[in-house]
Amino acid sequence: MPQDLVTSPLPRPTDPPVTPELVADHGLSPEEYERVLHVMGRELTFTELGVFSAMWSEHCGYKNSRRLLRLLPTEAPWVIQGPGENAGVIDIGDGYALAFKIESHNHPSAVEPYQGAATGVGGILRDIFTMGARPIAVLDSLRFGDLDSPRVRYLFSGVVAGVGDYGNCVGIPNIGGEVAFDRGYEGNPLVNALCIGLMKTEDLITASASGVGNTLMAVGARTGRDGIHGATFASEELSRDSDEASRPQVQVGDPFTEKLLLEASLELIASGAITGIQDMGAAGITSSASEMAGRAGNGVELDVALVPVREPGMTPYEILLSESQERMLVVAEKGQEDEVRRILEKWELEAAVIGRVTDDGRFRVLEGGVVVADIPALPLTQGCPTYEREGVESEEVKALRSADLSAHATPSGDLTELFLRVLGSPNVANKRWIYHQYDTTVRTGTAVRPGGDAGVVRIRGTRRGVAATTDCNGRFTYLDPRRGTLAAMAEAARNLACAGALPTAITNCLNFGNPLKPHIYYQFREAVRAMADACQAFETPVTGGNVSFYNETDGKAVYPTPVIGMVGVVEDVDHITRAAFRNPGDAVVLLGRNSAELGGSEYLYVTAGLVAGEPPEVDLMAERRLQQAVLAMIQAGALHSAHDCSDGGLAVTLAESALGSADPGDASLGVEVTLDDDLPPVAVLFGEAQGRVVVSCAPERLDEVLRLAADHDVPARSIGAVGAPGGALRIRVRGAAVELPGERVRDTWLQGLSGIMDAPHAAGA
Amino acid sequence: MKMAVITFPGSNCDYDLYKAVQQVGGEATFVWHRQRSLHGYDAVMLPGGFSYGDYLRAGAIARLSPVMESVVAFARSGGPVLGVCNGFQILCEAGLLPGALVRNASLRFESRDVHLRVERQDTLFTSEYDAGAVLRVPIAHGDGNYQADDDTLERLEGEGRVVFRYVDPTGTVTPDANPNGSWGNIAGIVSADGNVLGMMPHPERAMESLLGSADGIGVFTSLVKSLSTAAV
Repeated sequence: MPQDLVTSPLPRPTDPPVTPELVADHGLSPEEYERVLHVMGRELTFTELGVFSAMWSEHCGYKNSRRLLRLLPTEAPWVIQGPGENAGVIDIGDGYALAFKIESHNHPSAVEPYQGAATGVGGILRDIFTMGARPIAVLDSLRFGDLDSPRVRYLFSGVVAGVGDYGNCVGIPNIGGEVAFDRGYEGNPLVNALCIGLMKTEDLITASASGVGNTLMAVGARTGRDGIHGATFASEELSRDSDEASRPQVQVGDPFTEKLLLEASLELIASGAITGIQDMGAAGITSSASEMAGRAGNGVELDVALVPVREPGMTPYEILLSESQERMLVVAEKGQEDEVRRILEKWELEAAVIGRVTDDGRFRVLEGGVVVADIPALPLTQGCPTYEREGVESEEVKALRSADLSAHATPSGDLTELFLRVLGSPNVANKRWIYHQYDTTVRTGTAVRPGGDAGVVRIRGTRRGVAATTDCNGRFTYLDPRRGTLAAMAEAARNLACAGALPTAITNCLNFGNPLKPHIYYQFREAVRAMADACQAFETPVTGGNVSFYNETDGKAVYPTPVIGMVGVVEDVDHITRAAFRNPGDAVVLLGRNSAELGGSEYLYVTAGLVAGEPPEVDLMAERRLQQAVLAMIQAGALHSAHDCSDGGLAVTLAESALGSADPGDASLGVEVTLDDDLPPVAVLFGEAQGRVVVSCAPERLDEVLRLAADHDVPARSIGAVGAPGGALRIRVRGAAVELPGERVRDTWLQGLSGIMDAPHAAGA
Repeated sequence: MKMAVITFPGSNCDYDLYKAVQQVGGEATFVWHRQRSLHGYDAVMLPGGFSYGDYLRAGAIARLSPVMESVVAFARSGGPVLGVCNGFQILCEAGLLPGALVRNASLRFESRDVHLRVERQDTLFTSEYDAGAVLRVPIAHGDGNYQADDDTLERLEGEGRVVFRYVDPTGTVTPDANPNGSWGNIAGIVSADGNVLGMMPHPERAMESLLGSADGIGVFTSLVKSLSTAAV
């Protein structure tokens, strides 16, 4: 590259002058801009300012999170690709690797629920197939306000339809996830999507611009004016000269193009014609091109005039920052451009040469041959300043946590009535209203569908399966971010163990408020520290994830919600275990110990509208032993069912195991147990003590199950038996009981969510 | 037995059909929608999915694909054609089967297991089932509500061309068992000549009890058996 090209590009005639106000509008502080000037050694053009603003944004630069995230363990012998790529990758044996990642699409979904959620799914699918993996399952982790608000019902139905339509059209089964309704999410729904993909270990490809002289190609959809500044902000001032201001800032998804792009990308990777590929996600061409250059230690030069656009008159600034969906940046081997075009053409997609890989380490952008931006790539992608902020716990939360709950430990009504209220709460009730809108069986791999503890996909051609779950109880993390995060990790691992899988690795989606507020930063810090501890204890490293800050409306933040997406390996599909009881007369065994804890429970929210108290304690080593005990029982073939005890407490766990899928043709069974703990009955029935699992086994295997529990130092006791098809639910506690006909339990559980959403005029406004 | 599994842009059950054919000992080949010839194939399968995104109307653009001319000719000459889900929609759009699949009565995508009653045991696709057998098979569609004009419906019923009907687990036709509002709980029909079957439920997803049901196998074993009998 001739030295004279590394000079100051001239401002374009229509560029606004780069003033301190414009810099501030771009989200860069005066100190950060000083650093930019130092890196550049000169003043910036408007285009360059846009590029820095995007790459040094919270979203791309992880300014306020990166330092803490370094605490998370990221290595293990089975980790093939840790954080920093499109997705993490682990070895799952038999020559196969699993790519997986979770990502948020909270802000777009709050504005336009259907498209926001749909494009969230689209983005995470691209992160997976750009690693060379074929997506095999999706999970969605959703949070909304209470359903009595029409606005919330509108957001909820829109998000579910968006998640469903996109995944259904591309043909990726949804195998699970979670949903929570709580006033803590009223203004800010959380929409997190996780995708897992399968590949042969040798097919791994990375997003790196290697090979000087190789060709940069834009493939897939054309670049439009949608979503500009998605990674930074939407500023009307910047768009004074265009009609951009009137356009929605939310991108629009096209799952059909995504399906073609998926097939084309996997074919491209298999062809050997390319050396790297990356989704043009947040900050579009800017981030994909500069990050690919940065990872390879190379430079890139591209000309925006060569980028296929949807409309004329787009400026370099707009083309570089557009977040139009279903686009990829590909690095083709020099001379293989026609092969790339041929493959894309087969799938009725476009591919255009837009630049090349250089050896000068610069991110250089031309417009019709004239340089409009020339920036050193590494400082751009790696040089974003990072901060450790002040973290102080909020007094309000401290007060909530120390609230006296003793009055609530004594029932204010009939226990059976209270049980029905908890069971019928949308947080606890059956979620078929959601997952019946998701294709769960396409690709013929889904062995365990949504509705259980974890989804399981079998790996064709092997005996293995992969299990996945997403978990976080936002009330727990709100009341105590440390305990809540430990509980999220523990629940995720229990869910996998109950399905018959060994917890293997995690991806995380950290949804928080504004980190510049000390009480928010405190939540974030405590959550990350706790996650690091739990990852160590469970030997489940973090392979990637996503941080979503600023989830606030009118200054009120969502509950801190560090969603854990955990994957595990099922050694043999014969080990796959479900939550549903199987045989009348089987012994019902409680693993773990009940406690008097009621803090943060669904019971308190349903009966008293309270989010208060100490969330339940988590003993990581006890959790680890429990997971191992459950797996040992499953691998010995001793169990007929295993179900984690979580939201709603033990009574709900028992009811869910008895009810099973409740699908036509699947009989619900009765259950009869006695819980003689020396504890308040309310706490035994509805407390959400951690470290508990309910299993069932044939009576002749009971001794073996108890012995395996003892071997792992896990408390265990037989508490009763599985009843007849359609039989009653009877849970006796000291001096009281919950007793109901099976049909009543079933109706309450099935109607809790569907009843609200299918009511006339429920769709909301 | 050589079976062509047609792949349209947006098909997403082609792989599942391919595997189902293999499982019963058939030889499956993916045929890209731009291919014009179906020479040498013993049967043709149109998979589920969202051909062309179903953006105009489910199946409406796919029927204009180059391969469809050959599919129509293949069917007219008596060759067995199976269309599942989007494949059924395409067969209706192409005029190989009467009627249309409109939006589900719930106005939502419906994905779950349903029960089907085998109404006709004497077809190429159902000979391995007992008449009246009740099958558990997944559905996954937004537009599966089968409708036709009165004359057509009367003819279909009169000629016994309804092959599968949505029923409850005991085999009884009930409104609750109907997942999409289809007239007469119709889940699948055959052409007048009996060689073209269209059905909304996915038998290719019910091939193994590990995944929930193996009740769909009969569709594929019936076809393979019919073809080998024909070949003898």
